[in-house]
Amino acid sequence: MRNACLVLLLAALLPLSPALADSKMAPAEYAYRQLPDAKQEKQAQDLMQTLRCLVCQGQSIADSDAEMAGDMRALVRRRIEAGEQPEDIRAWLIERYGDWVSYKPTTAPVTWPLWAAPVLLLAAGIWVGRGRFRRRR
Amino acid sequence: MTSPATRKVRILLWVPLIAFVAFVGLVASGLLKPTANVTLVSKLVGKPLPEFALPPGVAGQPGLTAADFRAGKPRLLNIFASWCVPCAAEAPVLKQLADAGVEIDAVAIRDRPEDIARFLGRWGNPYARIGSDVDSSIQFALGSSGVPETFVIDGKGVIRHQHIGDIRAENVPEILAALKDAER
Repeated sequence: MRNACLVLLLAALLPLSPALADSKMAPAEYAYRQLPDAKQEKQAQDLMQTLRCLVCQGQSIADSDAEMAGDMRALVRRRIEAGEQPEDIRAWLIERYGDWVSYKPTTAPVTWPLWAAPVLLLAAGIWVGRGRFRRRR
Repeated sequence: MTSPATRKVRILLWVPLIAFVAFVGLVASGLLKPTANVTLVSKLVGKPLPEFALPPGVAGQPGLTAADFRAGKPRLLNIFASWCVPCAAEAPVLKQLADAGVEIDAVAIRDRPEDIARFLGRWGNPYARIGSDVDSSIQFALGSSGVPETFVIDGKGVIRHQHIGDIRAENVPEILAALKDAER
């Protein structure tokens, strides 16, 4: 009973987010091992750099040492090895976790202002500059 | 005396500074605002359970397949692990739900049979079936991002509700309501 109280106390102290404790199992096969095929490994690496670690949130799964990130790397490498396209794997994850899981910018309407900003700023710059040059003459 | 054109230029000169200050303000407020706990809700809520077939997590109890959730009655799918502290805190509440007639199946994440057996021996076993997901792949397939999490699955195998974190006594009505809702 004392143990139960202790566990309940610990659980109460933990934030509501899922616990980050580690299991006792060894990392998945492909968590820290590259694929034998260099070209496939490059594909997997490029994809892993642009997928967000679910439990560390500021890191890509390629950067993170979290156990779950290791499992995600293993998932990516297994699927690439099986011949799946990187963008299909990304789509599979987005289907489950939303755009949030991917660092790659999308062209969804919500990002249109961002894509348009450089063009608009350049146009504004040219317009301002043109006015200035004309006045000099 | 300044011409109206010069006055206009003078006002315009302030625009970049104002824009810059507004930008810095926006970034600073974003940085200083404490980040709310990001709870990552699965996008699969409302969609059918993905196909899977997991081997038994513990000796003497069956493994778990997606087909087990298409038997006509709503069930809970609890994602847990013997190494997860909130899972132990949640165990008595799950037991209480099981005693009340709620059918609960489990996916054990990154776990060994002996550890699961010890966990169940200590905290009680509310589960009808336990599938072993040694590399979290079914967890990813479900759009789950931690332990414990609980999904309410209706009798046709459609995910109806997701509870993130341990189910506490105060969450029981919400779970029961979701189960009742899943009957329709």
